Amino acid sequence: MTAGAGVPLFRMEGVSKHYGGVRALEDARFHCLGGRIHAILGENGAGKSTLIKVMAGVVQPDSGTLHMADRPVTFRSPSAAAAAGIACVFQELSLLPDLTVADNIAISDPPRRFGLIDRRAQRRIAEAALARVGAEDIHPLIPVRDLPLSRRQMVEIAKALARNPRILILDEATSALAAAEVEKVFSTLRQLRREGMAIVYISHRMHEIAAIADDCTVYRNGRYVGTFPAGSKTDAEIVEMIIGREYRNVFPPKPETPPGGVPALRVRDLSWSNQLNSISLDIRPGEVVGLGGLDGQGQRELLLALFGVLDGVAGTVEVAGKRVALTSPTAAKSRGVAMALIPEDRKTEGLMLAMSVRENLSFAALGRFARFGMIDRRAEAAAVDEMLALLKIRCDDPGQPVAALSGGNQQKVVIGKWLLTQPEVILLNDPTRGIDVGTKQELYQLLRRLAERGAAILFYSTDYDELIGCCDRVLVLYDGAVARTLEGAEITERNLVAAAFNLGTLAGAPGAAEASL
Amino acid sequence: MKTEWRLRLKEQRGVLLAAALFVAMFTLYIAKHPAGLTVNVANTAANKGVLLALVAMAQTIPVLTSGLDLSVGMVLVLTNCLASTIVVGSPIEVALGIVAVLGAGVLCGAVNAAVVVYGRIQPIIATLATSSIYYGIALALRPAPGGDVATGFADALTGSVTGGIPASLLLLLGVVVVIWLPYRRSVLGRAAYAIGSAEQGAYMSGVPIDRAKFLAYALAGLLSAIAGLLLTCITYSGEASAALGGSYTLTAIAAVVVGGTSLFGGSGSAIGSIFGAFVLRTIGDLLFVFDMDALWQPLFLGAVLLAAISLGSFRLLGVRNRLELYR
Repeated sequence: MTAGAGVPLFRMEGVSKHYGGVRALEDARFHCLGGRIHAILGENGAGKSTLIKVMAGVVQPDSGTLHMADRPVTFRSPSAAAAAGIACVFQELSLLPDLTVADNIAISDPPRRFGLIDRRAQRRIAEAALARVGAEDIHPLIPVRDLPLSRRQMVEIAKALARNPRILILDEATSALAAAEVEKVFSTLRQLRREGMAIVYISHRMHEIAAIADDCTVYRNGRYVGTFPAGSKTDAEIVEMIIGREYRNVFPPKPETPPGGVPALRVRDLSWSNQLNSISLDIRPGEVVGLGGLDGQGQRELLLALFGVLDGVAGTVEVAGKRVALTSPTAAKSRGVAMALIPEDRKTEGLMLAMSVRENLSFAALGRFARFGMIDRRAEAAAVDEMLALLKIRCDDPGQPVAALSGGNQQKVVIGKWLLTQPEVILLNDPTRGIDVGTKQELYQLLRRLAERGAAILFYSTDYDELIGCCDRVLVLYDGAVARTLEGAEITERNLVAAAFNLGTLAGAPGAAEASL
Repeated sequence: MKTEWRLRLKEQRGVLLAAALFVAMFTLYIAKHPAGLTVNVANTAANKGVLLALVAMAQTIPVLTSGLDLSVGMVLVLTNCLASTIVVGSPIEVALGIVAVLGAGVLCGAVNAAVVVYGRIQPIIATLATSSIYYGIALALRPAPGGDVATGFADALTGSVTGGIPASLLLLLGVVVVIWLPYRRSVLGRAAYAIGSAEQGAYMSGVPIDRAKFLAYALAGLLSAIAGLLLTCITYSGEASAALGGSYTLTAIAAVVVGGTSLFGGSGSAIGSIFGAFVLRTIGDLLFVFDMDALWQPLFLGAVLLAAISLGSFRLLGVRNRLELYR
């Protein structure tokens, strides 16, 4: 065969990888073509991550062959794969927080003069790479630590592009991004596709895949299921391929009549720094309230403020009709306030990765199992077992480190840990980020069940489908204030987007909305 | 352009703070000194300061990789004992002796590096073990204090050049220009910061982790050996003193911290450590000119250390998102 449009830029066949007794990949195959965007679909644990780690040289397969443009290759390290022209944007950020944006972008192969790093050339490379992803506003000398998560993700993508790869792999690269940024990334990807790059795209957001992919390949339980051109199957058919069973409605039904009674959470004129401006809201027991809007409009800060993490918050908060002082997470979770926050970053804020599943689950509620400061191991184990069963957390043994669990199961542990405290007010910060369809579905049902039992839920999500499917009401934040409250049938993608851009009331006039957008 | 300067300034804040602290303390010292800034006063202060500064620079590089080298003090002692044995005789013998002493330092560093990098042993315990070995060798070399060093060389290194500038300061400047500045701008130097910042991220970015760590510990050995050579020239002798080695190791860590380098790795600079070392050394001098008993020195050293480190923590007062306190 000669190199041409028909020859895959990259091809792997019969690739297997086992971790101990766990089968991550079994006889998997994959190929991608230049000038095409190839989506990889599958639940967490389906083998997608392992597959791309093999491609990127992070993991060595037990068996199987890899070819680039029909030549057999082996990648012993990430740098070997990078040298062959494969660049990867990982879900777990590979950025170095103390180094500047420019240092980070050039880290794999800094430009050199007389053997030393040429900082001017590096700066030019960084500026060009940032411009390429439409993030010119990021200053190249800012330490990455000082950037918010979504901006870091843009730097991560710029960094991969700075290597001028032939194959670009994006693993959940958009999961931390808001809609506007996703659109910027997409236009970059379309440009790269025109230039002939092969792009491998992994996302759990179905509408993103519909918007950008040319080809799709589905994996399930470490095995290859099938490859098909995008648009040739319905969403339901695709989801069926992914979960291997019939697809039912993802979201549980919402209650007909909104619950009444004293608000479980009442917030008045909450302000902090210049990032929260006089936010007022009420959540009644049994209500699921969403937080929408573009990323970085104060949603995270609002949740952190309610949970007592922020200092110098103005305004009043009442829980079940009683005024409370928000001084620390300890105060927020105490009896009488009974709040829980499912944090944004489960690896650093949600879990102690090296400790066991059991210890992680019982942490927040440890006071309930303790007598005179000593932990009653039997009561702890009983409660933990109950939670493992309730959330269907899949682990070999509650004594194993939580780091060994898959992402979806780790997130369940974070949630279970807070459910053990029996919270009345549950705050969730983008809890389904990087989680597979099956676990998401379980999570939606869990939220509704908790609400039915009387919990008040405040739920920030970057995924519009979730806000539409899960929430009784959605507060759309803009510039630290509530731009609009959507209720019931008003919660549509059009309204969410319009409010996110603070385009005013357009609900009645779809034509006007389009014109303004 | 304003952002540009703000960011550059922020990067150097630790260094600038340590430098300002030193200038303030040293000015006070000279103002109170009965003789003022004479050649002798400058020389004595420089020799003491540069000695600690070199060891502090040595410590800085492993710390940047979020490691630690507890053997820098003992490498200082070992190379001191070695230099007091072989840096004597004809100019050629002296030159060979110097090369051998520096080579011994690099070798010690390389042993540390091998244990840390290939043995995958935590740096703190690996270098604790090797420091004991180096001390053992130093004792074997020089069971009792003594020895000698080529007087001409020693006087040249510890005296002053024309204009009354202490030669040891020029030595330090040379070390900065020849070793530190190129290292800071080299790929392996960048890699050291990357490793200290996020080792997994560095690996995923294809950074040469093993080579960078190896170089970090080897350079620490080399810088400690330069300090050992200077120590020999100051004392004209060698002594296998466990107390000296231990005290230099710990004071150097303090100097690194005062100089604004994070013990978690990833940020800081050896220039900061130099000023950190100068600050710590000036404390003793200040006690002297204020007629305080030398017995007070450890207490004041500790107090100044705490105060200096607190300076670096002032930004925490401005933190309004408490999560940042725990990063």
